Amino acid sequence: MKRVIALAAVVALGTALGGCMETEQTATPMKQGKYQGKPDTAPWTNAPLAYGSASWTKGDEASWEKEIKARNAPQNEYNRIGR
Amino acid sequence: MARMKFLCDAERCIECNGCVTACKQEHDIPWGVNRRRVVTINDGVPGERSISVACMHCSDAPCMAVCPVDCFYRTDDGIVLHDKDLCIGCGYCFYACPFGAPQFPQAGAFGLRGKMDKCTFCAGGPEADRSEAEFKKYGRNRLSEGKLPACAEMCSTKALLGGDGDVIADIYRERVTRRGKGSEVWGWGTAYGPGKPGAAPQGGGKS
Repeated sequence: MKRVIALAAVVALGTALGGCMETEQTATPMKQGKYQGKPDTAPWTNAPLAYGSASWTKGDEASWEKEIKARNAPQNEYNRIGR
Repeated sequence: MARMKFLCDAERCIECNGCVTACKQEHDIPWGVNRRRVVTINDGVPGERSISVACMHCSDAPCMAVCPVDCFYRTDDGIVLHDKDLCIGCGYCFYACPFGAPQFPQAGAFGLRGKMDKCTFCAGGPEADRSEAEFKKYGRNRLSEGKLPACAEMCSTKALLGGDGDVIADIYRERVTRRGKGSEVWGWGTAYGPGKPGAAPQGGGKS
């Protein structure tokens, strides 16, 4: 009888301690307020399209920005009709 | 560093919905989802004004703040994007957004809310650039092709400007100073700001 009680006590203790443990629920550790998704690549890390009009140096942010600003210019029609 | 922004000139918008159509076509957007739409105030009344609205890619985005799974991120050029693999479609971002930008496709027969979809500034998402997976989830990545958002580039009256914030503010400023009105919609600071295009902003101005 004593053995059964001792065994039950061990099982109960183990169960109680197990309830206190918290296992990680996500594949990657959650950091509150931090982006949890996949990393993204910047647009200038791509090579320009072979048949496109834009040309920049792959990986060079400054040259990509220059292309984007040049692409912005026609949105100002005063550039097209003259000032 | 470029900071990408949209700016819609209410004096020029003619409510043609060309921007909405361009967006739909460019990204193959499903029925019921409108990443961009045209809002008209005082419709039919003399002096009505229309404005094209989508995600404004806020510098301090409320959607990012409320997302319970932190699926939003901001790119180096200031574009607010999200990871659809993480999104649980809870809709908190929709309640937080002052522009009503987050859209939720109907995912089932009973109107079950799908993963959030919104304007990406034609910058795709966190999949390999120009890949089929990126196109299916987020639409075309025009920025990686050296292009600007389709809506702004398609705008027939050039009411909708999109691109580097400094450049489009300069375009708008020149426009307002030439026609002598229209600054009140987006603020004196954006219209007149530093005084001449390209100069550094000054403090104290109403914006």
